[in-house]
Amino acid sequence: MDGSEALFLARAQFGLNIGFHILFPTITLALAWLLVFFRVRYAQTRDPDWLATYTLWVKVFALTFAMGVVSGIVMSFQFGTNWPGFMRAVGNVAGPLLAYEVLTAFFLEATFLGVMLFGMNRVPSWLHVLSTVLVAVGTSLSAFWILALNSWMQTPAGHVFEEGVLIAGDWIEVIFNPSFPYRFTHMMIASGLTAAFVVAGLSAWRLLRAPDDRAARRTLRVGVVVAAVLAPVQILVGDLHGLNTLKHQPAKIAGIEAIWKTERGAPLVLFAIPDAQQQRNRWAIEVPKLGSLILAHDADAEIKGIDAFAPDAPPVAPIFFAFRIMVGVGVAMLALAWSGLWWLRGGRAAPRWLLWAFAGFTFSGWIATLAGWIVTEIGRQPWLVTGVLRTADAVGAISGAQLGASLTAYVLTYALMLVAYVVVLTHLAGAGTAGAPAGVADTRAEAVHA
Amino acid sequence: MSLDLPLVFTVLMGVSILAYVVLDGYDLGVGMLMPAADAAQQETMVASIGPFWDANETWLVLGVGILLVAFPVAHGFVLGYLYLPVVAMLIGLMLRGVAFEFRIKAVGWHRELWNWLFWFGSFLASFAQGFMLGRYITGFEAGFDYFLFSVMTGASVCGGYVLLGATWLVLRTDGALHDKALAWARWGLLWIALGVALVSLATPLLSETVRHKWFDFPATAPLMLLPLATGAAWLWVWVATGRLKRKAIAADWAPFAGAVAIFTLAFAGLAYSLFPYIVMDKLTIWRAAAHPSSLKVVLAGALVVLPLILAYTFVSYRIFRGKVSAPLYH
Repeated sequence: MDGSEALFLARAQFGLNIGFHILFPTITLALAWLLVFFRVRYAQTRDPDWLATYTLWVKVFALTFAMGVVSGIVMSFQFGTNWPGFMRAVGNVAGPLLAYEVLTAFFLEATFLGVMLFGMNRVPSWLHVLSTVLVAVGTSLSAFWILALNSWMQTPAGHVFEEGVLIAGDWIEVIFNPSFPYRFTHMMIASGLTAAFVVAGLSAWRLLRAPDDRAARRTLRVGVVVAAVLAPVQILVGDLHGLNTLKHQPAKIAGIEAIWKTERGAPLVLFAIPDAQQQRNRWAIEVPKLGSLILAHDADAEIKGIDAFAPDAPPVAPIFFAFRIMVGVGVAMLALAWSGLWWLRGGRAAPRWLLWAFAGFTFSGWIATLAGWIVTEIGRQPWLVTGVLRTADAVGAISGAQLGASLTAYVLTYALMLVAYVVVLTHLAGAGTAGAPAGVADTRAEAVHA
Repeated sequence: MSLDLPLVFTVLMGVSILAYVVLDGYDLGVGMLMPAADAAQQETMVASIGPFWDANETWLVLGVGILLVAFPVAHGFVLGYLYLPVVAMLIGLMLRGVAFEFRIKAVGWHRELWNWLFWFGSFLASFAQGFMLGRYITGFEAGFDYFLFSVMTGASVCGGYVLLGATWLVLRTDGALHDKALAWARWGLLWIALGVALVSLATPLLSETVRHKWFDFPATAPLMLLPLATGAAWLWVWVATGRLKRKAIAADWAPFAGAVAIFTLAFAGLAYSLFPYIVMDKLTIWRAAAHPSSLKVVLAGALVVLPLILAYTFVSYRIFRGKVSAPLYH
């Protein structure tokens, strides 16, 4: 068993875990704020439909949150087991950021989730609204800290070396490192879009079975409006994020655009099969000069190619394709959201084909988010922390056999959890708010009472 | 006077781990007791831990987080040795956590499946934790006898968690379930007695360091208060469960308080044995500690945030205090 195989297994395992984990916070991060909206609307109007809506989506939230929590605990162990070199080299920066996430976010969301789920009939209305808000604040804080760390790994800043040991010199610079504002905004909006499509999709699924369900018609509208507003904003933010990446991580951009050789007036490669052996693209479909125009906003600008960074350049094919999948899904989401807005205008009922389309797009945000994370993480290779620490230097001494065995166990557990999650979600949505008649809070809120 | 930061973080980590063991201990114990109850009682049992299990589990993240942040070298070392039991524990915790949500929403055989996985996850996580304890206190020595010892500590921790879970149910339920829980508590007591005795005998025999710490005169005399107090707490729980059973007293909190005391005292004994090592005889807390600058930053945050965490945790337990009755949705 040689080192490269252990590195591959450690990466495969960590990638699997983090890829599985990210699915759930991506939903809960924004769904928490949608719940605040539902809860506040109920507090304002006392309309039982809002209560039923809140009750249904709180169940979806609880389930999704639990999936995120349990898969997140795995991460806290794997930082040390799979990447001991990471903590050894940059632990003085990474450690406090992770600690602040636990201290300020995890306890807050976990504790008030209990009140939010089970306390509706036990606490005054204002405290229940506050609990819902605090859960949302907790999830957003959690995203803040973890994205600060991730962004620091992409574009490290604010650190100094003291007797060869890396420590934080200026925490503000560490946290608000160059790529952080863009990545944080991009991820928050990605979560908004993902949650909006989950809400719209599951509501559409319900409406296909019960076209007159008022609560589902309302949540479909909420999902469509949120998606229609956020989708174009995301494209704008994505563009800004891209410019930021060009400035700080040009090798990643060269990979995304499959530009092998540095050139002026670089074309935009729409499609190609990148060939790493010969350092060129096969079957390329290109638009001349458009690459330079989009990336540098100047048709004749010089764009650095992979050759300028080798051997410290990322693998081209995975990020080239992942980027196109992300953009393609994003554009489809925009098109569908705007069609939805058109067909639902003035309180019209959605045609069945549109309901099917939204139901089909329920988890489209997952595909775009995963593709986006593949671009950003593989695009950083061979670095774990750009310019500071190589991925290969951080891997641990866990044997290939142990990694392989645990990888298998994780794959099986995750497959079971994911299938059960999707089945239960569709089941919940199919039953709609019918299971929670007006005036009765979450059935489980009744489970505990004095 | 300069602050001994590694020592401060050792205390913080110890408190977090003890909080985790006691808090998640009772809900894992409740999970393990599920097959011994009927369907209606199972709903009450799950309802009794519903608002808490998630936050309880967060103490594990904090404990491991402090290990990672404050003692990064030890984190890699310890978790490297314990890699497979850690994976088993994580899979157990995952199954338990999601089963909690799935079982509520499922019907028919799906519900049975998730009930079973809820039990299995609780058991796997508890056993793995006890197994890790056994490996940890024997300094990760290889060999079948050490393996067997760890299996015994694994079983004992399961028994200890059953004790916590059963006494929690005594506190939080009434009727037939309350009486059943009193009987379960006594089974848990027997197991934890075995476990504590085993660890107390094995550690001084295996480690010269531990032997010297406990049995070098004159430290021995005051130190013997610790096992004596543990024995007293044990007896307290035994007597209290008996009296509650005969309805001689009504102090439903007494067994749980005693169980928490047993865990705290046993934990204190272990901590004394190990200190100042974070890996027995190999690595001290000072050699394993991270750079003071990052420790200071975390400490500042912890001093501000931990009181808040304790305050709202207290509020949450206040909100859900009292006896849990069977759920209405049946």
